[in-house]
Amino acid sequence: MAAAGAAATHLEVARGKRAALFFAAVAIVLGLPLWWKTTETYRASLPYSQISGLNALQLRLMVPVTVVFTRESVPLDDQEKLPFTVVHEREIPLKYKMKIKCRFQKAYRRALDHEEEALSSGSVQEAEAMLDEPQEQAEGSLTVYVISEHSSLLPQDMMSYIGPKRTAVVRGIMHREAFNIIGRRIVQVAQAMSLTEDVLAAALADHLPEDKWSAEKRRPLKSSLGYEITFSLLNPDPKSHDVYWDIEGAVRRYVQPFLNALGAAGNFSVDSQILYYAMLGVNPRFDSASSSYYLDMHSLPHVINPVESRLGSSAASLYPVLNFLLYVPELAHSPLYIQDKDGAPVATNAFHSPRWGGIMVYNVDSKTYNASVLPVRVEVDMVRVMEVFLAQLLFGIAQPQLPPKCLLSGPTSEGLMTWELDRLLWARSVENLATATTTLTSLAQLLGKISNIVIKDDVASEVYKAVAAVQKSAEELASGHLASAFVASQEAVTSSELAFFDPSLLHLLYFPDDQKFAIYIPLFLPMAVPILLSLVKIFLETRKSWRKPEKTD
Amino acid sequence: MAVTDSLSRAATVLATVLLLSFGSVAASHIEDQAEQFFRSGHTNNWAVLVCTSRFWFNYRHVANTLSVYRSVKRLGIPDSHIVLMLADDMACNPRNPKPATVFSHKNMELNVYGDDVEVDYRSYEVTVENFLRVLTGRIPPSTPRSKRLLSDDRSNILIYMTGHGGNGFLKFQDSEEITNIELADAFEQMWQKRRYNELLFIIDTCQGASMYERFYSPNIMALASSQVGEDSLSHQPDPAIGVHLMDRYTFYVLEFLEEINPASQTNMNDLFQVCPKSLCVSTPGHRTDLFQRDPKNVLITDFFGSVRKVEITTETIKLQQDSEIMESSFKCFFELSFSKQVILTIGLPSYFCYKEDQMDEKLMEPLKYAEQLPVAQIIHQKPKLKDWHPPGGFILGLWALIIMVFFKTYGIKHMKFIF
Repeated sequence: MAAAGAAATHLEVARGKRAALFFAAVAIVLGLPLWWKTTETYRASLPYSQISGLNALQLRLMVPVTVVFTRESVPLDDQEKLPFTVVHEREIPLKYKMKIKCRFQKAYRRALDHEEEALSSGSVQEAEAMLDEPQEQAEGSLTVYVISEHSSLLPQDMMSYIGPKRTAVVRGIMHREAFNIIGRRIVQVAQAMSLTEDVLAAALADHLPEDKWSAEKRRPLKSSLGYEITFSLLNPDPKSHDVYWDIEGAVRRYVQPFLNALGAAGNFSVDSQILYYAMLGVNPRFDSASSSYYLDMHSLPHVINPVESRLGSSAASLYPVLNFLLYVPELAHSPLYIQDKDGAPVATNAFHSPRWGGIMVYNVDSKTYNASVLPVRVEVDMVRVMEVFLAQLLFGIAQPQLPPKCLLSGPTSEGLMTWELDRLLWARSVENLATATTTLTSLAQLLGKISNIVIKDDVASEVYKAVAAVQKSAEELASGHLASAFVASQEAVTSSELAFFDPSLLHLLYFPDDQKFAIYIPLFLPMAVPILLSLVKIFLETRKSWRKPEKTD
Repeated sequence: MAVTDSLSRAATVLATVLLLSFGSVAASHIEDQAEQFFRSGHTNNWAVLVCTSRFWFNYRHVANTLSVYRSVKRLGIPDSHIVLMLADDMACNPRNPKPATVFSHKNMELNVYGDDVEVDYRSYEVTVENFLRVLTGRIPPSTPRSKRLLSDDRSNILIYMTGHGGNGFLKFQDSEEITNIELADAFEQMWQKRRYNELLFIIDTCQGASMYERFYSPNIMALASSQVGEDSLSHQPDPAIGVHLMDRYTFYVLEFLEEINPASQTNMNDLFQVCPKSLCVSTPGHRTDLFQRDPKNVLITDFFGSVRKVEITTETIKLQQDSEIMESSFKCFFELSFSKQVILTIGLPSYFCYKEDQMDEKLMEPLKYAEQLPVAQIIHQKPKLKDWHPPGGFILGLWALIIMVFFKTYGIKHMKFIF
């Protein structure tokens, strides 16, 4: 009876032990991994190795140059060697992690008959008209014509000439080392038309450390997908002046051609407005010598802020806004001049602030006040105004540095030379690549530092797109296709910004580690304690039962 | 011997000459670098002003934020560059005896609500998530432009927060908190994307210094109204409105800022001295180790004002009068040197200009509230002396002591015989 009872309890105990062991097994083998998997932050896979590879990217900017030699430009035996290709490669010394090499691939060839004819005409403009190719040259490429040393195509003292449509003319030389000397001249001219160190430095100004380049170089417009240009007419005194400006016509005639030429560099949109009773924030001072009012240079920075809040630029769009203001001073403060630091009135009566826009003061002619009743009708001379505004707008685009003794042509009907646009595209491509690389790298670093950020699948696909676009753009730059490289670089910037600023990337709030413990301990501890204790008890008993047979034996 | 002697002499002379020239080059280089260190290099200014508490009795937090908003606007930052977040509406609160006003000084003398307040995030929109979204830029695409912080790498940002806080956290809306780690991470994200050039963080809460302990991104300067373990106190109640109107630290900061105009040269060291312990009861703290420039070279207007770099336009483009095709000549454009750079130097003799400026402003304000005194006069009035009461705890302690001594002497068993 007792033995049967003991056997029964022994069976129960054994069953109990097995049950406890199974509980523990299920909890550890199934439960723990399931809990871990379901509570980890979701991270779609990202190409981290490729992103870190982008940092060490070597950018090679290739400018394909076609050099055409006319008959008397170089000695005969040198002419025999044509055609061949010379490559001139130079590393740009910038303190930037991305190495940039500038490569001029010069393809030398002999001039064709119609080219010889064109280059022996009287003036450069005629030559250009005759040389005008039926198809446009590819963006980024240049053609340089080498004429004889004593040719009368150029004025005597000029060594080279830069034309409006990606062509240039350089004087040849009859010398043993003709090719070397001419090669150097060609590189100088080509650099002025495409890439120089300061163009690239200005483009990368925001990424370079401070000490190398001074703050003045940071003038160019930041690269953006589009710009919004706003023309505003400020009339603080409608009682005296009834101002009328034909802004639509002026934009159509003068501004739109510029913007069409710049169309490859981004979307430009133009709007205009008229503001009444908008004052400048600064009171002008009276100068009795000229009986006029003036604003001196030191008060100019304080003019912009009170006015800016009225401009409504924040409602327009998400693109950077460039404001151009035309201020017609009130009767009590007319005429109003702007003085420069020497105290002399500025000829244009205008000033600008980089990356913001410009303000011009338009004084009403005093003759219109004679014998007329207020308000006086004022017709704004749009040509004068647009000359100033366009100059201010173009300050956003970097200026060339010409080699010595170089003649520059007058511009084309668009107002902007084609190679200037190319230069802008080169600078923008490099800047876009730098920005995209920085964005991707910082995203990767952030993900490493803050472990609570979720990466969804569409964000991951944007990152992949961005990486692919950066690599494609670098390839296109290396092979000299500027247009497709620029488009790819814009794609890279868009995708990387979309990925970085996706709203879902906000890291999970309220999840510091000590709070995680506070959440999980009340759930797991009551369950874990019996399991662990029973495991410990089982273990101790089995160890005792191993030892007992040894003792009795 | 003589040869070597003269040789060595020549060598020393040469060495000294070289050293001198090298030294002068190095000195000018260092001067150049120093010059650049002094200048901040920012081109625009932004401000994010946050009040995190709701309910009528937290009137003072809204008044704090609006006072800073007013100063910042007066010194030149436009509304489009200010993100103002107020967690509750005090001006139109049903308990406000003077509707449409928020006063920041007793006797209702300074109305900071004004006519042109632009609140970007109001009431329940002020949450930790929205605040972090504004800072990091991860905003849903449908957000209007006025609710975004569109700063770039050349922006100086001022961030001011006020409300109720504790050791390492700040309470939002009485229901959630932001921890100092989250704030530090948000600033790190801003730094990674280069969304700021320099950042000034001011916090006026209890134990405010704990909020800036965890910052690790460069170019951040932080000020707080109290150290860990201390409470920030409020300034004064107004009997007509019935609540405390301002906190002490912000009150004295406002007083300090009222004396700044857009051209002043006051630097950050002066701001650190605002509100010493004798006035504020708590000890204000600041943190500058992450900031690259020396605080004495940082102007107050670098963060609170917005002064722009300006250049005179000296060249124009020649356009033809009235034909469709434009013929321009760029010769003058390229061959002349470019526009003379206007290096911004503030503080030169333009005092008259600013005097007139201030007069202009003074003329505009009293139009609405004619009985308002100028701020400078208000702030410097002496506070009224209150009656002195002995501290309450002292009396209780004294009586407790007396009773304890009595019973110890006579024993508790005598209680029933005495009473």
